[in-house]
Amino acid sequence: MAGIEVAGGKKIILPLSRAVEIAMRSLKIRFGRSLITTSGVVLAIAFLMSVWSSNAIVSSLRDANKSEINLLLQKKGVETGLTDGGAESAEAKARVKEEESKQVWLIGLSLLVCVVGIANAMLMSVTERFREIGTMKCLGALDAFIVKLFLLESTFQGVVGTSAGIVLGFLLTLLLALLDYGGFVFDYFPLADISRSALYALVAGTLLSLVGAMLPAYRAAKMEPVEAMRSDT
Amino acid sequence: MTEVQEGFSESLGTEDEQRTVVRTQQVKKIYTMGEIEVHALRGVDMEIYTGEYLSIMGPSGSGKSTFFNMVGGLDKPSEGKVYIDEVDVAQLDAYELAWLRCRKIGYIFQSFNLIPVMTALENVTLPMVFAGLTGDEARDKGMELLKKVGLGERYSHKPFELSGGQQQRVAVARALANDPAVVLADEPTANLDLRTGTEIIELLREMNQSSGVTIISATHDHKMLSVSDRVVWVKDGLVERVARREDLDIEVTHVEGE
Repeated sequence: MAGIEVAGGKKIILPLSRAVEIAMRSLKIRFGRSLITTSGVVLAIAFLMSVWSSNAIVSSLRDANKSEINLLLQKKGVETGLTDGGAESAEAKARVKEEESKQVWLIGLSLLVCVVGIANAMLMSVTERFREIGTMKCLGALDAFIVKLFLLESTFQGVVGTSAGIVLGFLLTLLLALLDYGGFVFDYFPLADISRSALYALVAGTLLSLVGAMLPAYRAAKMEPVEAMRSDT
Repeated sequence: MTEVQEGFSESLGTEDEQRTVVRTQQVKKIYTMGEIEVHALRGVDMEIYTGEYLSIMGPSGSGKSTFFNMVGGLDKPSEGKVYIDEVDVAQLDAYELAWLRCRKIGYIFQSFNLIPVMTALENVTLPMVFAGLTGDEARDKGMELLKKVGLGERYSHKPFELSGGQQQRVAVARALANDPAVVLADEPTANLDLRTGTEIIELLREMNQSSGVTIISATHDHKMLSVSDRVVWVKDGLVERVARREDLDIEVTHVEGE
């Protein structure tokens, strides 16, 4: 519970359970619009998860070091770190590295776009709810309460969107991998790697949503209660 | 002080000492818009007594809203002092201000301003949550308040399921949630039709008389005059006139009906 002691032991509090309840209901009521923001998270995380899954599967197949698998890999143009002759080559390894750095760049960019999208949508939400925020402050809400509410909302959106994105990204990649490499995928399935990736993606997505909401939440908290009195809209 | 205010203070000398719940001292408010200075308030002295029903009237741009925000702890003066319960508002930090708004002052808005995702009961009990009441205490008190304003059966309705008048009733109940010293009503009847507006004014009068809570209302509505103990007219950032109800010569037409 966030509690504040004020002059003589008087408190103003907003119990976490209550804050969570309010945040979730606010999301429900704005479902349509929050769906659009969430879809940004879904897609970005799906992309991230798909790249990680794909890498994990391919690495696993590569490490198997079976000639039939390597053939399939080379047909797909995947860098195996081997020359056509089958021997290891520094050049081929360099190409693998290049591919990886390209991926990092792409993923980084997509995540950035995702954060910007979240920030924008949340900022709009804050602007629309000026009256609600002002009223809460008239009822005695501290700035910290308002920040909490908006961060909670964004985190929920983030967790839901990220989870959906993880599932989507993984399934898509699995499908494509099955098409390309058939049953080998299940023979050499990198369960540990993919589970780890899913966890990382969950953390990443949730963190992104939090970061994206920080500026809007700050703006909301700084709103003056007198805003609730404005008669436009 | 103006002539009216001087005469006013004299006449009160013969009555019982009334406690002052809000007091302003030469309050000025200056807004700077770039190079232009707007003097919204030019030095207002006002005393508002415990238990009275005070209406503040004035045209747009007269400083009425600015003055209203001052006495309601929503804004700080550029010059001068505002005392709420003998506490200088300008000296309060953010927490203390929040506490003031939570416990000492109840607010009623023109556009009702109920939280859309909460039921009537939850709206009424929200200030109680901030004040630290437990779930059961808050619920009981909230139900009692809702019954007092005549909405006992609608406690689980959300704002969009309530009419304007009903929403304003919930707002009245919410304003009384933590037994405030002052209720601030900003144009409470402006968004209501004639009959509903009259009902709300009646409700406020009832609350004022039964619990002795001070009511300060900023309004254009002349129906409010007949229930006010005193009326203040604000013009050009100054108090133009203060009058007590007995001294007012205003006819208020009543709504004929069933």
